[in-house]
Amino acid sequence: MIESFGWPEFMFLVRATGWTLVLTVIAFAFGGIVGGAFAIMRLSQSSLLRRIASVYILVIQSVPVLMVLFLSYYGLSLAGFDIPPLIAASLSLGIYVSAYLAEIWRGSIEAVPFQQWEASSSLAMTRGQQYRYVILPQALRISVPPTVGFLVQLVKNTSIVSVVGFVDLARAGQLINNATFQPFQVFGSVAVIYFLICFPLSRLSKHLEKVLHVGRTN
Amino acid sequence: MQYQFQFNSVLAESGFILQGILLTIYLSVGAIVLGSILAILFSAARSNGPRWMGIVVDVYVELLRNTPFLVQLFIIFFGLPAMGVRLTATQAALLAMTLNLAAYSTEIIRAGIDSIHRSQIEAGLSLAMTKRQIFQHVIIVPAIAKVWPALSSQFVLMLLASSICSFISVQELSGVTAIIEQRTFRSFESYIVATLLYLVLALTLKVGLLGLGRLIFPRVSGLSRVQVKGEAA
Repeated sequence: MIESFGWPEFMFLVRATGWTLVLTVIAFAFGGIVGGAFAIMRLSQSSLLRRIASVYILVIQSVPVLMVLFLSYYGLSLAGFDIPPLIAASLSLGIYVSAYLAEIWRGSIEAVPFQQWEASSSLAMTRGQQYRYVILPQALRISVPPTVGFLVQLVKNTSIVSVVGFVDLARAGQLINNATFQPFQVFGSVAVIYFLICFPLSRLSKHLEKVLHVGRTN
Repeated sequence: MQYQFQFNSVLAESGFILQGILLTIYLSVGAIVLGSILAILFSAARSNGPRWMGIVVDVYVELLRNTPFLVQLFIIFFGLPAMGVRLTATQAALLAMTLNLAAYSTEIIRAGIDSIHRSQIEAGLSLAMTKRQIFQHVIIVPAIAKVWPALSSQFVLMLLASSICSFISVQELSGVTAIIEQRTFRSFESYIVATLLYLVLALTLKVGLLGLGRLIFPRVSGLSRVQVKGEAA
């Protein structure tokens, strides 16, 4: 007997949404740390560090997330780690996030007027102090809207992790569709849930852009 | 244990890989051309059409930009047959990519259109141009010229997103790679080869679009670019 898409199936989708959000948070945290490091490297005074960072960013941004996912999944298992899908998924999404956040944050740091660097160096601050007390607090403000905007991309891109056996929202939809054969109801509901997460974030990003007066320098 | 890389069995499938590359190029170029045409039509409807048309376009753009490409692909591939429309996996993939890209491009072109100064439109009016002529000659071309870099990166992101079509077993580059992986049991090597090929394809497209932009919009180098970022599908 074929089941139909009803309340229990919907609750299954809602639970899987939880995993989508967990994955988003882990990938964002991991990617944020790595991405922040690459953003600073990209602006470092050493040309070697700058070059390493720009090659990393260029490569990751020119390769599908799906390939990063497969490479980390198979690569880690070849290296002898027996890894649960959550780890492979977080790691690969984190790598993807790091490349994009590095570029967003580099742009934000560069948007801080150059005179701020000069002024702080005339106060005999070290590079670390300049970042900590002068540049980063200003860059942070500039970076908030695009970072929130990027979160939307991340939530949507978590949908591909089902290939390594992770049951997120998109995968839950596939499982239910296989049991019910009601693609419109099932994937329609999946789309609505994604939309309810992403749309407020998109709006928030646009709103913050207006409130923080970013992007309009004159 | 030391892992021995063996690329021979993967590279022996180069003919099959080439087929996958060609399908990836076909899907990407097809989606870029069709998606851009749609985006220009949508932009025209937003600026010149009646109010309800603008609202329909806005709703379309927001719906597609805030749901994953994978889910859109599933709705088209699994949903349309339930409505009696038969599509092959490749046709469904092309349709999904076109609709997705059209939404993102419409949003990018909007930024370009917003940046066209009112005085330009007034100048067009004073030359007795019709609304349509103004849109065609005064608004849309300079608008696209201004946002060309953002549009280009959106096109590159679409090329990368085409890999997701392997989920509905389209045999483009990543679909072909999945089959080769099962045949050869060389998972890591298969995906290294595919990743390098995607890298080459993406960089080629990026450079190509840059050149194309210089060719089509030669006078724009002096114009100020509008800052918009492409967004991953």
